[in-house]
Amino acid sequence: MIRLIALRELRGLLAMPSTWFLLAILQFIFTWFFLNTLQTFLELQPQLAQLNNVPGVTTVVAVPLFNLTALLLMMLVPIFTMRLIAEERRNQSFALLLSAPLSTRQIVLGKFFGLLIFLVLLTAGIPLMIYTLALGTNLDHGLVLGNLLGLMLLACSYVSVGLYVSSLTAQPVIAAIGALAILAGLWLADAASASESSAWHLISPLYHFQNFNAGLLDSGDIAFFVLFSAVFLVLAMRRINNNRAYG
Amino acid sequence: MDAHNRLYLTKFTTTTGSLPLTLPNNISEITLSARNLQRRFGDHLVINDVSLELRRGEVLGLLGHNGAGKTTTMQMLTGCLLPNSGEIEICGFNLLLQPELAKANLGYLPETPPLYRELSVNEFLNFAARLRGIKPSSTAGVLAEAKRNCGLESVGKKIVGTLSKGYQQRVGIAQAIIHQPAVIVLDEPTVGLDPAQIREVRTLIRELGDTHSVILSTHLLSEVESVCDRVEIMQHGKLIYSDTSEQMRQHGNVSGFVVGLRNPPPLSSLEGIPGITHVEPLTATQFRVLHKPQDNPKSELLSMAERQGWQLEQLIPLQATLEDVYVRITSPKETGEALSKESTP
Repeated sequence: MIRLIALRELRGLLAMPSTWFLLAILQFIFTWFFLNTLQTFLELQPQLAQLNNVPGVTTVVAVPLFNLTALLLMMLVPIFTMRLIAEERRNQSFALLLSAPLSTRQIVLGKFFGLLIFLVLLTAGIPLMIYTLALGTNLDHGLVLGNLLGLMLLACSYVSVGLYVSSLTAQPVIAAIGALAILAGLWLADAASASESSAWHLISPLYHFQNFNAGLLDSGDIAFFVLFSAVFLVLAMRRINNNRAYG
Repeated sequence: MDAHNRLYLTKFTTTTGSLPLTLPNNISEITLSARNLQRRFGDHLVINDVSLELRRGEVLGLLGHNGAGKTTTMQMLTGCLLPNSGEIEICGFNLLLQPELAKANLGYLPETPPLYRELSVNEFLNFAARLRGIKPSSTAGVLAEAKRNCGLESVGKKIVGTLSKGYQQRVGIAQAIIHQPAVIVLDEPTVGLDPAQIREVRTLIRELGDTHSVILSTHLLSEVESVCDRVEIMQHGKLIYSDTSEQMRQHGNVSGFVVGLRNPPPLSSLEGIPGITHVEPLTATQFRVLHKPQDNPKSELLSMAERQGWQLEQLIPLQATLEDVYVRITSPKETGEALSKESTP
């Protein structure tokens, strides 16, 4: 059932022309950024070659690209999550799921995985672009895979926040703005606190992504993403149940 | 064995294997029962002590003014809204304790049909069938059946969002019946349809009512007259009247007739006929005659008309329309009386 709902979400997204338009624009941005950094790297390469222990092509080209994607996702995910529940409520199609033999858990997880699959498609171009470099040079596979894992975990946390905010309202626009406000607020909490040991860093998904971005796989970061996502998914389930109870 | 019984069997054997297989036959009688439902929104008591029972092969009409609580009741019966107190059982499963088993026997069309506008009709109905636990191998069959029943064969490949309102309503009905549920809940199913479509949908509901239990809400009295076996009238969150639609028409019936005389006598000579209590001229040649229910002065009047050359043209017994009865039952001064007369199902 979870798979059925997930595929329905995906199908619904791909049936809209605006989704394809957005996919095209994003791919254009990724490619432009990728080629731009690659060109910078090629220009600097003769000078870098004279130094010892220099950063390789993966660090110079791939790492900034993943960082940019992480930031873009923060702004993009709320646009997609607003549809998940708020728009269904507004279109009054949510009754179909509520009156079907499904548990709330299946509804929430179905929608969560549906959007996650879409985000995998959306970012699939990035590793493909990076691996074209493998034709001419050696890549740091660990760093690329670590970044991909981090990006997916980051996407999980964003989607779960967006899903929760979407379950709070019947207005998709409010859901989008609300989710964006929370995600941007978490990012600012991280970026604005100057001291390295500030606790504000710890609640920000982007801060935890930085370790993945630098190629550091920390079980603490993974645990953070899993817990963060789980908390918001459980909140979303509770919210849907409460909505049945309190109207 | 028909399709819905098969569904029961699979449900019973797969999920509660220990239950005896004879059970499906025993529970085929009462398919839906709601007891003492109560629902508040804040301090406002919207539904107060509503009890309903529905049997297989029965179409129940839920009548009421706007805001009487029809939609809220239906939302509770389908698990979209939880009651504050009370119990709902669908095919023997408690909706609150075993929601998934109960909802497998339920089809629901809300006021606004729940559609995914970006999907095609086939995709949407396929999704609706799978959602209700129809196996992928048998979806093609049920899809064709539901499309045939709702007249959707020609629009299968069209996008739901591009269909007219009438067709969207039909898709909504199709998703509610695609899994052949024992209980079908329809909230104002004919709203937005043209007269021809209304007739088709009513025929369809009537057909469904023969093998399933249907509960529909409406404020169109003609719909109740043509479709429903039983009527429940709702007002201010309470069921104030419950009877068969035939009985309801009899409720508060007046005794009297309209008589047309081409050569009418003075009013006083009509009033003089024994048994007649009141004569009211409608036109120069037509009179509304009321009489005591126990003695009917029809034969007296006929013989007098013949003897005195009044030239009788027509004699139509007065029959209250469902509309009159409905207005009478729901009008404030009658509510108390109707409550005391309320028959328990």
